[in-house]
Amino acid sequence: MPADALRFSGVDVYYGESHALHGVSFSVGEGRVLGLLGRNGAGKTTCMNTTVGLLQPRRGDIALFGESISRLGPEAISRKGIGLVPQGRRVFKRLTVRENLVVASRRLPGRQAPKWTLDTVLDEFPRLRERTSHYAGNLSGGEQQMLAIGRALISNPRVLLMDEPSEGLAPQIVAGVFATIAKLKSQGLSIVLVEQNPKLVIDIADDIVVLNSGSVVIAETTRSIHEKNIDVSRYLGVVSAEDAVS
Amino acid sequence: MTAGYSRILAVFAFIAILVTLPLWIRDTFYVNIASQILIWSIAAMGLNLLVGYAGLVSLGHASLFAIGGYAVGIAITSGFDQLTAFVIGLAIILLISAIFGALALRSTGIGFLMITLAIGQILWGVAYRWVSLTNGDNGISIPARPQPFGLDIEGPTPFYYLALAVFILALAFTSRLVLSPLGAAIRGTRDEPRRMTALGYNVWLTRYIAFVMSGFLSGIAGLLFLYYNGFVSPQVLTVQSSSEILLMVLSGGSATIFGPFVGALVIVFMKNVASSFVERWSLVLGLIFVLIIIFIPEGIVPGLARLKTGFGGARRIRAVPAPSGEAS
Repeated sequence: MPADALRFSGVDVYYGESHALHGVSFSVGEGRVLGLLGRNGAGKTTCMNTTVGLLQPRRGDIALFGESISRLGPEAISRKGIGLVPQGRRVFKRLTVRENLVVASRRLPGRQAPKWTLDTVLDEFPRLRERTSHYAGNLSGGEQQMLAIGRALISNPRVLLMDEPSEGLAPQIVAGVFATIAKLKSQGLSIVLVEQNPKLVIDIADDIVVLNSGSVVIAETTRSIHEKNIDVSRYLGVVSAEDAVS
Repeated sequence: MTAGYSRILAVFAFIAILVTLPLWIRDTFYVNIASQILIWSIAAMGLNLLVGYAGLVSLGHASLFAIGGYAVGIAITSGFDQLTAFVIGLAIILLISAIFGALALRSTGIGFLMITLAIGQILWGVAYRWVSLTNGDNGISIPARPQPFGLDIEGPTPFYYLALAVFILALAFTSRLVLSPLGAAIRGTRDEPRRMTALGYNVWLTRYIAFVMSGFLSGIAGLLFLYYNGFVSPQVLTVQSSSEILLMVLSGGSATIFGPFVGALVIVFMKNVASSFVERWSLVLGLIFVLIIIFIPEGIVPGLARLKTGFGGARRIRAVPAPSGEAS
């Protein structure tokens, strides 16, 4: 049984007095891809922001390879090895492609050679190599997504969080992005993939967690989803509460 | 010819013009004006690091500009030699910048602006009221300019070359800094502070480093100002002085390498030269600012580049997208 790369244990998160996550628990195995699904407002991005320390859980714990990170600040969590590809890309629009990558690059502790460097990232995304001196704000949506992924990779994360990487992209570009995710998975990177599109996620993920109104309603392996014939999309579309639980 | 070579050629032409300036402007009055432009350019370059690259607008930078001058002036009048006084001046600039930054960076945006204004006023009050130390409104005079490496810089032309050497060093430093990973990080904290935090950066520390470097550059300009005038007084620390440095940055073009120089050129020229011919020169200066705001709100340097592209249409200038405005 592989070790847990990331574990949520009974995490409660509030925005002021608004209860956003209700005792959320799930874990991501090392080298596995976890698909985190849910409709708008289900709490997916809140999970991501809590993992990277932008939000503090009021109760519960988050552990990275067994080490609690839920009381650390965002910069410390990042240094522990969590990389985030944020929703909406959020590249530094007034920095060039090269600067976006350089600013995120990080040396690993000791003399360990980093897997991801400027060169290896640009090899992975040749389109970015052609545009290293361009401002990120002048890139297309697909190129910005490549840059956002490259920026997360160059920090040499142990766990990669990807928040809706297909959002706003043409189908052909989405296919390219998911091919990259499949490649990263094959290299053994632990990935949490947040998406609204269940088809895309189920094709690539090992485990599926579905959130509804801040609570986990499904936590199964993808194989179990298929075997038990669970209709994940019921929790993602606009359906009545009765339909969802029946 | 590529844009890169054109840019390098333009920089060399610019420096060549500055180096040969005293040869074709023989009037010492104008050589002194050129020295003043260089001194204020360095101060504005310092503030530009903060305003343009770190996105923090300060209204107290004149106090950092003046503090080095006061430190050197007080050291010399207390009996220290020029070199020791200079080293003391550098140390005081760093120390005050470090303290000023630690206090001011408790906030950002309008809060930062107000704190810098308040600290600037406190330092002005110290310079004005602590008469036993600063000689109050009368200011502090030094008997002579120093002789760095045995060079006599008493005359307008030798002093101009000293100011030019420091200006070129400051220009090289800021150019190198803003293109370095640290410079990219400083600009990152300006545009997406939360994202920088999520990338593992201590945003406060990055801004603090920018503040101290900014204060240090402005303080170096203040040292030159003392050596140029042989005198420093509370007039240098006023809000008006801080506003003028800020206007130099904004009118020339913030977050550009040459913007502060162009801004300093316009303001120093108007104050010292146009005022000789036009009684209400400040009205003319105000009119120039209004025209800049209407036609080239991004400042003269980027504005002219945009207008040139608009009129020429042949060369594409890479548009700089607006910041996303993510809250810190």
